[in-house]
Amino acid sequence: MSRPLVRIFLDRLVAALIALCVMVAAIPVLVLLLFVVIKGLPGLLTPGFFTDPPHPQGVPGGGVLNAIIGTLEIVGMASLLAVPIGALIGVFLSEYGRNRLGDTVRFISDVLTGLPSIAFGIFGYTVVVLTTHHFSAISASVALAVLMLPVILRATESALMLVPQALREAGLALGAPSWRVTVEIVVPAALGGIVTGALLAIARAAGETAPLLFTAFGNEIVQSNPLQPMGALALTVFRNALSPYQNLQDQAWAAALLLVLLVASANILARLYVRRIQR
Amino acid sequence: MQTEIAPRPVADADAEIKLDARHVNFFYGDFQALEDASLAVQARRITALIGPSGCGKTTFLRIFNRMHDLTPSTRATGEVLLDGHNVLDPDTDVIQLRRQVGMLFQRPNPFPKSIYDNVAYGPHMLGWSKSRINDIVEQSLKDTGLWDEVQNRLRRSALNLSGGQQQRLCLARALAVEPQVILMDEPASALDPIATLRIEELMQDLKKRYTIVIVTHNMQQASRVSDFTAFMLMNQRRAGEVIEFGPTDDIFNRPKESRTEDYITGRFG
Repeated sequence: MSRPLVRIFLDRLVAALIALCVMVAAIPVLVLLLFVVIKGLPGLLTPGFFTDPPHPQGVPGGGVLNAIIGTLEIVGMASLLAVPIGALIGVFLSEYGRNRLGDTVRFISDVLTGLPSIAFGIFGYTVVVLTTHHFSAISASVALAVLMLPVILRATESALMLVPQALREAGLALGAPSWRVTVEIVVPAALGGIVTGALLAIARAAGETAPLLFTAFGNEIVQSNPLQPMGALALTVFRNALSPYQNLQDQAWAAALLLVLLVASANILARLYVRRIQR
Repeated sequence: MQTEIAPRPVADADAEIKLDARHVNFFYGDFQALEDASLAVQARRITALIGPSGCGKTTFLRIFNRMHDLTPSTRATGEVLLDGHNVLDPDTDVIQLRRQVGMLFQRPNPFPKSIYDNVAYGPHMLGWSKSRINDIVEQSLKDTGLWDEVQNRLRRSALNLSGGQQQRLCLARALAVEPQVILMDEPASALDPIATLRIEELMQDLKKRYTIVIVTHNMQQASRVSDFTAFMLMNQRRAGEVIEFGPTDDIFNRPKESRTEDYITGRFG
């Protein structure tokens, strides 16, 4: 074989290997999605799925209204807690965190990222449930907020670090105080990254089950009082999938599909938003 | 080594000195980057700093509006007098100083905002009225020759402008806070020849009202645009020094120092 042939052969071989790797990575995701859609779509299209509370076990029909409201409320409250605090910590780390305090915060945040999610449930249980003697949606929000915090603050920090130093210098050279440069120039320039980070954290929190088990606890009744136990889509999936009743298992699939759709739309929203402001 | 401080240019005996750097030493940590650098910048003239890479031109320039404060563990000694007031004095209001001494950077760095908001940023920060801001935005854009090119798209993103337009926008942004001195750090090095020419023509207009100090590695540019030139060089300890300072014509045609002549004629650097 002459040299060019060897080169062409190697080129093809490597390209084929890369294609294989891509397939190995993509196939499980696609199969999973396909499976959830096939198994979940009938349940999703059942009348009353979005509008009815669950029926008692063994009674056909019923929906997951309790869980939809619960997931939106629990994740919503968690976001209200975690996004502002996380973004502010991220700003601190990037703009004023080149010191020991900053390093400490980064270290703690990395440790939090690595914790199993059930540990956040224990946190919510200990801090809120035990002190109020009551399972509640707000305890779940606190647990999820702590889980979201490291994702948001790290995303914010890296987004701000990507803002060129030249922009900061331009602002300062005009005689702007550094806090104004941060608020009016650096943060807006990094907004895309910050919003993406926040939405990814929200998406992740929405899919978590373990932190909810002994905080929100679950509730078959439609409940919107944050101080009461509350259902959530992830809890519906967890409980109904283990039930012996076919209609509840179908409901679990449908709830899983709904959750995937919610998370996916949050992701797509994030990407669309970033593309729009980066045009 | 010179024992004298850099001689005052004598072209104009009663010339008004706007910025007067005297015996400035500058340190990055333990490393000395400038040694005994002196420079008397005449008002409403263009003063160029030339010299090979690493000779401390940009370092020197950034001391004039205390931009070096942004780099941790730096230290400047000596005096830089702006209208007689030492800007290196710890009591100096850096914010106020930077409003008087504006800066144009090597690469165009417009804010990712609209053209209007870029120019209006400084005036807005100063709390000027809406109509005064509108006037100064228009005036600054006219002063930089951008008005005709952008007046119909003031609300569009500044990032869509060409490199040369962006750099003139940055200049307009600096002019809008009505500074007295403008520092330019190789303002045309990222631009094509035509955009470079526009900037150089602008400088000739602007020097009627502003004092300009420009760092350039381009000797032709220095000889074309400047009234005075300072030639800088690294000494044996790798610290930058001002070797020779005088009217541009003298520096380029009748240099007193052999090192200046060697550099000008391209024997090194």
